[in-house]
Amino acid sequence: MHKYANPTLFLRVSALLVPWLAAATLLLLTAGLYLALLASPPDYQQGESVRIMYVHVPAAWMALFCYTSMATASAIGLIWRHPIAELTAKATAPIGASFTFLALLTGSLWGKPMWGAWWVWDARLTSVLILFFLYLGYMALENAFDDPVRGNRAAAILALVGIVNVPIIKFSVDWWNTLHQPASVVRLDGPAIHPSMLAPLLVMAAAFTCYYLWVVLLRVQSEIIAGKIRGLRLRQAHG
Amino acid sequence: MSFVEMGGYAAYVWPAFGATAVVLTVLVATSLRSLRVRKQILEGLQRDGEAGRVACGRKSAT
Repeated sequence: MHKYANPTLFLRVSALLVPWLAAATLLLLTAGLYLALLASPPDYQQGESVRIMYVHVPAAWMALFCYTSMATASAIGLIWRHPIAELTAKATAPIGASFTFLALLTGSLWGKPMWGAWWVWDARLTSVLILFFLYLGYMALENAFDDPVRGNRAAAILALVGIVNVPIIKFSVDWWNTLHQPASVVRLDGPAIHPSMLAPLLVMAAAFTCYYLWVVLLRVQSEIIAGKIRGLRLRQAHG
Repeated sequence: MSFVEMGGYAAYVWPAFGATAVVLTVLVATSLRSLRVRKQILEGLQRDGEAGRVACGRKSAT
């Protein structure tokens, strides 16, 4: 693992991966949008409004996936002082926050016509709102210190404490009475959703995953270069 | 019913897809921009560093 802790090697490998990830993202998004907007049928109860699901559900999955990645990278950074892991956690936060924001916004746009309310304080919605605040708190803490290493460690501890919220979100629809529907794809007895609706969902999820990998590599590259700039400036200042 | 009308749900469906497009585009654009700007700064600093070393080398030679 420490082989990949070498920033120069990381920069070389990620420069090779970035164009492929960008192409995969665009290809999967095109296919996903075609399936979501044109090829899939309207729902027999929800009509065309069900198409919101194809951005809402993948965005919500990514919100949880990014948080889990951020917490895992934070743990690796704290335990092994792995520099790339520390930068990955930092680079993941704004991407996860964006997906969480989109899950909340598209959920609201779906809730209004289906439930009659933009927002309800139910277990699923409230726990996802807390996830959004955890991301914002992580980013604020990361930037609150003059020393980037200290900021990163403080934020990593927050990320690890906040991980308890992830299973709470996943099981909130089973543990509490909620307006939000229970899981219909990731469940023990297999997906309870028709293949014509499962396909666009999975393609959009794959597109969002490639998007995450693409953007996180760009942001980690950018952080490595920022570190080099800090080092050079420090050396020049001390002559 | 036309595609644009989305069975009467156009006011909910299109903003959902539009907001997703805007947020994801802005995030990748700012990430690309910050990477480009930082690469330029680093190249500038490295060039200055080279120039500084060359100048120092001349001074010590004389």
